Parts: sequence; C-alpha cells; structure tokens
Amino acid sequence: MIRKTPFHPRTSEANETGLWSHWSGYLAADRYQMSDKFEYFAIRNSAALFDTSPLYKYRLTGPDAEMYLAGVMTRDIRKCQPGQAQYTIWCDDEGWMLEDAVILRLSPDEYLITTAEPNLFYFEDLIGRLSVEIMDVSDDYGALALQGPHSRRILEQLAPEVEDLGYFRVISAKVGDAAVTISRTGYTGDLGYEIWVDRDDAVQLWDRLLETAAPHGAVPCGQDAVLITRIEAGLLLIGVDFHSARFAWNDDQRATPLELGLGWMFRDLASDDRRFIGRPAIQREIEERSSRWATTGIVVDWQDWSRLHNERGLITSKDHTPEHGGMMIYDANLERIGYTPSFVYSPILQRHIGIARLRPQHSAPGSRVGLELSIDHRYEVVDAHVSKLPFYDPPRKTA
Amino acid sequence: MAKNRYDAIVIGGGHNGLVNGAYLAQSGVQTLILERRHLVGGAAITEELYPGFQFTTFSYALSLLRPEIVHELELTKHGFMPLLMPSSFAPTEDGDYLLLGQDKDENHHQIARHSKRDADAYDAYGHMMEQVVHAIRPLMDSIPPDITSKDPEERARLAAMGSYLADLPAGVLHDLVRLLTGSTADILEDYFESDIMQGWLASSGIIGTKVGPRSQGSGLVLLYHSFGEHDSDYGAWAFHKGGNGGFTQVLARAAESLGATIELNAPVSHVITKEGRAMGVVLEDGTEFQAKVVVSALDPRRTFTELVEPRELPADLVENIQRLKFQGTSAKVNFALDRNPTFPALEGRSDQYRGFINVGPSLDYLERAFDDAKYGWYSQRPYIDACIQSNIDPDMAPPGKAVMSNFVQYAPYHLKESDWDGEREKLGDVVQQRLEEVFPGFGDLVLHREVVTPLDIERTVGLSEGNIFAGEFLAPQMFFFRPAPGWNQYRTPIEGYYQCGSGTHPGGCVMGAPGRFASQQILTDLQKRNKKSS
Ligand SMILES: Cc1cc2nc3c(=O)[nH]c(=O)nc-3n(C[C@H](O)[C@H](O)[C@H](O)COP(=O)(O)OP(=O)(O)OC[C@H]3O[C@@H](n4cnc5c(N)ncnc54)[C@H](O)[C@@H]3O)c2cc1C
Repeated sequence: MIRKTPFHPRTSEANETGLWSHWSGYLAADRYQMSDKFEYFAIRNSAALFDTSPLYKYRLTGPDAEMYLAGVMTRDIRKCQPGQAQYTIWCDDEGWMLEDAVILRLSPDEYLITTAEPNLFYFEDLIGRLSVEIMDVSDDYGALALQGPHSRRILEQLAPEVEDLGYFRVISAKVGDAAVTISRTGYTGDLGYEIWVDRDDAVQLWDRLLETAAPHGAVPCGQDAVLITRIEAGLLLIGVDFHSARFAWNDDQRATPLELGLGWMFRDLASDDRRFIGRPAIQREIEERSSRWATTGIVVDWQDWSRLHNERGLITSKDHTPEHGGMMIYDANLERIGYTPSFVYSPILQRHIGIARLRPQHSAPGSRVGLELSIDHRYEVVDAHVSKLPFYDPPRKTA
Repeated sequence: MAKNRYDAIVIGGGHNGLVNGAYLAQSGVQTLILERRHLVGGAAITEELYPGFQFTTFSYALSLLRPEIVHELELTKHGFMPLLMPSSFAPTEDGDYLLLGQDKDENHHQIARHSKRDADAYDAYGHMMEQVVHAIRPLMDSIPPDITSKDPEERARLAAMGSYLADLPAGVLHDLVRLLTGSTADILEDYFESDIMQGWLASSGIIGTKVGPRSQGSGLVLLYHSFGEHDSDYGAWAFHKGGNGGFTQVLARAAESLGATIELNAPVSHVITKEGRAMGVVLEDGTEFQAKVVVSALDPRRTFTELVEPRELPADLVENIQRLKFQGTSAKVNFALDRNPTFPALEGRSDQYRGFINVGPSLDYLERAFDDAKYGWYSQRPYIDACIQSNIDPDMAPPGKAVMSNFVQYAPYHLKESDWDGEREKLGDVVQQRLEEVFPGFGDLVLHREVVTPLDIERTVGLSEGNIFAGEFLAPQMFFFRPAPGWNQYRTPIEGYYQCGSGTHPGGCVMGAPGRFASQQILTDLQKRNKKSS
C-alpha cells in the first residue's frame, strides 16, 4: 500500500485533480487544481504550500557531529553556525558526486538533514569511533515548504520571529501549539521557508498556515509547479541532472561537483584544512582542469523556435511541462557537445530554458549552440545560447 | 528635465507611445515621450483610488500584446508578468452557471451540463477559430499594403497578399470571410444551441463597438478579440501583475532603460510645421521642443484635426477622418469590496473568480442590451465583463478584500435625453443592481465605487467620444483603411509626422503592434533620409 504523508488528510481533500505521483514511496500531489500554471504563478506572485514530507530526514547528534560532517560533507560545516543552514553535497573517494542536501544546524551538536535518497547505511558506516548518533526520523516529521513573495508576510503572522529570519537561517518556533523548525530555504529560487513539524501536529499546522495564507491568494501546490521553478532557479535534481555515483555503472553516469556547476563550493579550498572525502580527487581536477563537463544554462532563440514551428504550419509550442530527458546540443559544425537534462518553457521569462551539460570549451556565457528537438517526428536544430544559472533570481529571495 | 532638441518626439504616453518610443530609442534615436497626465499608460493605468485597492480604471486584461514586443524590448527584465486566468465563469439567467478552466475534458463535461451537442461543438468551433487566426496572423503582424498606391513595390505586396489568401485552404478562407462580414450570432448559432454558450462567446463580438451580436460586422469584432495569446495558447487572457497599469509601468521602465526620456504633465498643444514638414511641438504652456520626427500616439481625430491644421492636409483625408466612427459605447464601474461576493450555486467557493465573469447569459440578453443603445440610452440590463483581479494578483487589494472591475455595455457616448454628468451615478446604480441579482448581498460589500462613462474616458484619456479602440472595429475602418485609405502605413501627408496609436493598424487593445510598426516605418524613413544626405 502506498504511504501517505502526515498532511494527507488535508492534501487529499485539497487535490481536485486526483493526480498523484509516487515520491519516495509516498503519495505526492502533482497538482491540486486543474491549472498547474496557476499554482506556478502562486509561487512567483503570492505564495504556495508544498508538502515535502517524502524527503528522507536524519537527525545527527553528539559531540563529534561537527567533526563527522566536516569529514563527510564536501562543504565545510564548521562555517555553518548554530541557527544556520547550509546547502551541501557529499562525494566518493574519487570525487564523484553522491548527493546534495540542506543541513540545518540547530545547536552546536544537533543537525537535521533532508535527502532525496536513503542514506542511513552510507552515513552510519562512516562514523567509526566518533561520538555521533544518526537517526532516521523520516517518519517522525511532516515537512512543508511555503514559497513565494508573500510567504514572509504570511508566516510572520503565525511566528513573528520569522520577520528577521535571514536567508539560510533556522529557528525553532511555535505555530499554535505545535513546535516547529523553520528554515529560510526552498527549491523554488524565491523567497520562502521550509517548516518541520511533528507528524501528530501536521494537520494542525496545515490548517493554521492555509487559513492565514488564503487571504494572500496562497494555494497548495503540487510537484508540477515546483519542478518548473527549480529549473528557473538552476537547482539540480537527482536522477535528472545527476545520478548518485554510488549506483552508477560507468563514468558517463558519474559527475563531479565541478562538472555540475558547483565549483563555487571550492573557492576557499586553499584555506580549508579538512580532509573530506573526495578532496584529493577534486583538488586534482581543479589543478589539472580535467573536468569533462560544465553545467550551465541555455536559452533558446525565440525567433528560430517560432520559425521552425511556422514552417511546419504549427502553433509555436510553449509548454511549461519540464522535459527531463536529454536533448542533444551541437556546435556550429553539428558536432555533439552536450545535452540538456532539464528543459522547460518558463512562463515568467517567456523563454525556453534548459540546464545543460556542455563540453567546457563551449560553456562561456553567450556561446552559440544548437539544440536538437523533434517537431512532428522530424529532427530539427534550433539556435540557442549559453547563459549563466540561475535564470531567475529575484532580490527578495535573499533580502 | 528634458532638453529642447531631440531626434524624435512621441506625443502621448499610452502603451503605443511607450512602445514606439522604446523601439526608437533602442535604435539610437534620441526620443522624448510627452504625456499630458501625471502618469503614463493612457487607457492602461492602475490607480489606488481607495487605500490599499488598486483599480484598473479603464483597461483591465491582457491578451493581444504581440509576443515579439516582450522579447525585443526585453520586458521580462523590467517585470513583465502576465498572470494567467485559469477560469472563465458565466452565470446563467436562472442561477446556474458555466465554469470553464484549463482542462479540456473537464470543460467538456461542464458544457455538457447545458448541452451535450455544444460540448463537442466547442472543440470544432475552437479549431475553426484557431485556424482562421493562425492563417491571417501574418497579415495582422505586418504593415498592410497601401491599396491606393501605384508604387510597384506596394502593388507587388498586394499581389503577394492575394496569393497568400488564395493559397489558404478553401474552408479557412470561407470561415474568414464569414467572420469578417457576418454577425457573431450567425456564426455562433452554426455551432451552439445553448443560451449560455452563445451568450458567453458572443460577448467578444460586441466589445468596444456599437454593434449587437446580431449586427452584421460583429463577427469581425469577435475575430479581432481572438487574436490574443499567452504562451502560444490562442485566445488566452491574463491579468498583468499590478493590472494593465502594471504593464505600462513595465513599458516605461523598458523605454527609459533604452534611453528614451519621458516627460509627464506635458500636454502638447500642437505640432510645429514648416513647408509641409514637422519641426517639433509646442506644449500648452508654450514650451517648445524640436525634432525632425514627431509621432502622434493619439487617436486619428486628434492626430489629424487637432494637433495639426486640417487645412494643411488633403481634403479627402480630412473628410475621411471626420467620417470615422467613434461612438464610444463602453463604460466601467469598479468596486472596492469587503470580500469576494457570494454566488449562491457555488457558496463557499471563490475559484470561479479567477478569470472573467461574463454577465451576458444569452444572445437575446446581449441584443436587448444593445437595443437600448440604438435609441440613445444605456442598457437597463447591461452586459458586464467582470473580474475580481485580487483573486489572481493578491497585491491588488488588502488581504481578504477584493477589487472588482466591471466593463459595461452599452453606454452610448451620445445620450438622447440627458448627459453623462447627470447619469453617471445612475449608470453605477444600474450596474450594481444587476450585480446584486447575480451575487445577492453584493451591495453590502461595497466600500468604494468608481463609475467611468464614455465622457470620462474622453476627458481623462483623450480617446474621442470615449471609443476604447480609438476608432471602431468596422470593416471600412480596418486594415487598408485604418485610419483612412492611403494613410494606413503610419505616415501622414506632413513629412516627419507619424501616427502610432490604436487608430492605426491593426487597431486597439493593449497590443503594442501599432507602436512597433510605426517605429519600423520611421526607422526605414530615417535610414533613407540619412542615405540621401550623406
Ligand atoms: C474602459 C476601457 C477598457 C478597456 N479594456 C481593455 C482590456 O481589458 N484589454 C485590452 O487589451 N484593451 C482594452 N481596452 C483598449 C485599450 O486599453 C486601448 O486600445 C489602448 O490602451 C490604447 O492605447 P494607445 O497607446 O493607443 O492610446 P491611449 O492609451 O489612449 O494613450 C494616449 C495617451 O496620450 C495622452 N495624451 C492625450 N492627449 C495628449 C496631448 N495633447 N499631449 C500629450 N499627451 C496626450 C493620453 O493621456 C494618453 O496617455 C480598453 C479601453 C478602455 C477605455
């Protein structure tokens, strides 16, 4: 039997479409209303409530927790003070990326981590003699994301502390009687928060949030809408933009953080004295500039896109449903130079955009490339150019 | 402060003036846009008329804006945000309703509640309209040929247009002619049998024009309003973030960032001409600005008979302009509401308010509303295109409150027995009364009311006789003939004097095409002139 998140009594009432996906073994709404685009615009213009409970959740505690994370995680957890959150990744010995996650540091010795895939076996095996306890608390909590420009105004009515909560900061608060952990994080690239709540208090939190949020035009939103925003925000999705090297069969399926556009994590590597997993390999890759790929954005030339459709007598397609595939990318000589694991028409940018994996020499912003698509079962190559990620980055996200 | 000499001056900061000025500036032409009022936007403005409530005083929804403009002027960088309307709602006379949304199959079942036949016909009708729109789009999206010209190039364009039309599938061409010449009712009755489908769709055939759904020629109005799109969804409508005034603010930012100067509170008295050439303009306070290119973004009556001396123009042109039909028939009644109104059959719900609310439940209803106008009076049971924009854009009203725009027909500019200063609030009462029928208890929710008559549109925006499109959508006033035969290519008989308002091709609506085409024409002429002088 498929599992249901702690919010299911409410999400099932709210879901008018009956469309659900299975996400990590849980039912997750694709969309609540007939229009996913309406939910999308709620994220970008008012606020939307997204049930993220299916993510795996771990609690790390103990006096050596910091030392442990400093050795396992690629970014330096010591820079993440209590009350802060950090987006981080972990790699294998050869510097291949395993996964990414957000860590919340609640106190000097207590952390919460959400991951897309199960990791208890992997994490526990690395504890060794350190004094750290890792608990899989996935079933104990419900998690909700409240995302969008109105999210602060809404949440601060329930938890006034939120007013001053900075980007990637965490606090404990109370909403009604429910104890919650609130972080200013999210997967939409907008102003937004994520809220952890005891599973028994989940429905109560949902009700309070929605009651407060509704006058602001906020609505529950499903995965379809969030998956558009994450491409606009240039945020990677496991299983789409990369795969965990733990389960890869060959190096084509593996990628390094540098190849995935996460090179910014290593800006301070010289002054970082940690021996974290994968460091020698990553350092070598930096020194030898041996990355095989660069991850960047591509933006399709709108005139060429229209031309190709017009020539076939078709209405130009502008579909905001993400394509998680791998459309091929070519250079001017029609040599294959990469592909787009994620591609979508962005309603707010009014452009077709893609997260692209390109050979590094072709990845400078502004470089011209050709993207292969099929129109009426014919292959065509449409003009596009390389652009920086994120595509959409409103100041309010961090303000 | 603006300097006194520019390459180009645009008179009027409505959306077309802004588009025109932005394109000129983008091509390196030093451009000054002069706007009479304290804000740009013309008919497309948003004002906080009651604290916390953003009113779209006149124009309220976006559909026909040409997508090229969004790209070419990079409007998304300046905040362009068309918020899709996910629903369309049409109450019937007996308290039932039609509620359509984004799901085609769900729509089928919604229509089938009223007529199973209509549910299938809707797909057929939709496909017919899309094909016609798609077919004549290239004609709408380019500068039309000058049918009066003997110039071989113009003749060749005319011939090319003929071949293009002849190459269309015969059925599409036939449907096109039916739409261009027939009545909205004739076309809809071919497809639909239920009152609510007929009434709901027919409303697009009467907007802004003094025709009823049974008037021949209303098909053209219907077709015109189908030209819009959002994200390639033909016929889709959106509310721009912050209303249509939010959109014109985006345009103003784009124009300024491209180098155009916008001067507010700068009413132009007239264009300075010398030996048949435009030399600049004079403001009402006597200030002069010089430029070799002067563009009027006002309606044709003002462009040809007020800003310049009609005596300087060919008599046939003046005569054609004097004959242009304006006869505004639309009004607005806008409300600040304490909350969303209640529709009894959907009590407790508000998702039906996320798009247009069509109060016009049958062809007969619309035609009767028109009957009043025929005899010089406003409709006693008017057609209302309502929308409660705060449901889509919560920033338009304080949390939990609502702001409502009501576009009303018919309200003829010329009243037989009275005048609009005397009838304004009575019109407001008629509309409010009608809304009370649909939403019982409506009156108790009203915090503030704004009534905008055709006279107010004329006074405030400058649109002659309050015609919302700067000249009605009638066949003799379109395409080759907009605004007059021989002058449909944005030029005027005065060298260096151009027109770019909604009175030029393709026409009114927040579309931007006139402003864009005019800029192309001006830039071509400037290039020619520069070549000659070098
Ligand atoms: C009530 C109403 C509702 C409408 N609803 C819609 C809708 O929902 N959707 C839609 O697409 N279209 C709608 N329309 C039509 C659309 O808004 C207009 O066709 C369009 O905005 C006209 O734009 P424009 O730039 O051509 O002219 P205008 O907007 O008329 O701009 C002309 C500008 O010139 C200025 N001006 C006038 N005289 C002078 C002078 N002497 N010197 C300097 N400046 C001067 C005016 O102040 C004004 O700013 C509506 C129109 C009205 C009136």
